[in-house]
Amino acid sequence: MGVGGFFTSKLDEAIGWARKYSIFQYPFVTACCGIEYMATACSHYDIDRFGAGLPRFSPRQADVLFVVGTISHKMAPVLKRIYDQMTEPKWVVAFGVCTCTGGFYDNYATVQGIDTIIPVDVYIPGCPPRPESVIDGLMKLQDKIAAQVQRY
Amino acid sequence: MAILDELRRRFGDAIVETEDHRGDLTAIVRRDALLGVLAHCKDDGALAFDVLMDLTAVDYQKFPGREDGPRFEVVYHLYSIARNHRLRLKVRVDEDDARVPTAMGLWPIANWLEREVWDMFGVRFEGHPDLRRLLLYEEFVGHPLRKDYPINRRQPLIGPAS
Repeated sequence: MGVGGFFTSKLDEAIGWARKYSIFQYPFVTACCGIEYMATACSHYDIDRFGAGLPRFSPRQADVLFVVGTISHKMAPVLKRIYDQMTEPKWVVAFGVCTCTGGFYDNYATVQGIDTIIPVDVYIPGCPPRPESVIDGLMKLQDKIAAQVQRY
Repeated sequence: MAILDELRRRFGDAIVETEDHRGDLTAIVRRDALLGVLAHCKDDGALAFDVLMDLTAVDYQKFPGREDGPRFEVVYHLYSIARNHRLRLKVRVDEDDARVPTAMGLWPIANWLEREVWDMFGVRFEGHPDLRRLLLYEEFVGHPLRKDYPINRRQPLIGPAS
């Protein structure tokens, strides 16, 4: 707070600052990356520090879609539907190489990167990514959210 | 070994080949005799194969030494809970004539196993009441575990379920 009990800011920045510390994530966990996601979400790495401690298991209450694990062609329509059910503003994190590019599953069953289905904001590569990478990705996402020009 | 001897004695020419690899018994059966052999294996008191543990197939296209032979083998793994013994039965089918009679009348589990083999290898099971793909989706083109299925072929994405 500035002198006299008030401070000036741009509304965009204030909203961005508020949003980046209230990330309600929807974990779309389909494979082994989920274990690393859980490790990140637990107390040792404490993602509550970034305001991302509370997963919401309804897409309508979530801001960030964490796609964690291999997405098969059969799963693709489900993922798309979950994404469509989320309310704006919304962001998507591709967690692990399978969601980024399909990873080593270059085969008949696997979607070759979820960006062929839905837009992605942050890619976290790794098989699976270490919690440090995940937190790095989360902070990049925070920067992106904070810098975003709002539409009113 | 006694099991294979018994099968050869009873079915004669219908048993094309047998193998006893360190106690793992395999018999290759002619397709026209398959249902009879399976039924005998299940119902005979000394064999009593009450479980169909697995039903799968192998594609031998371009397999060294088998370039000219029938392309597919459909494999039945049988197990007897009462007798605690196992048997593997194989039937060879050509690509142009990839059909095998269904084993659903003997073991109901064959329903889904045969659907999986149809899904992955394109082997038809005659008499099966509902031969749809089991694991893949209806729009999928081809049978991905066939050796001539291109490893990086992309299928059309299926639309959102509505």
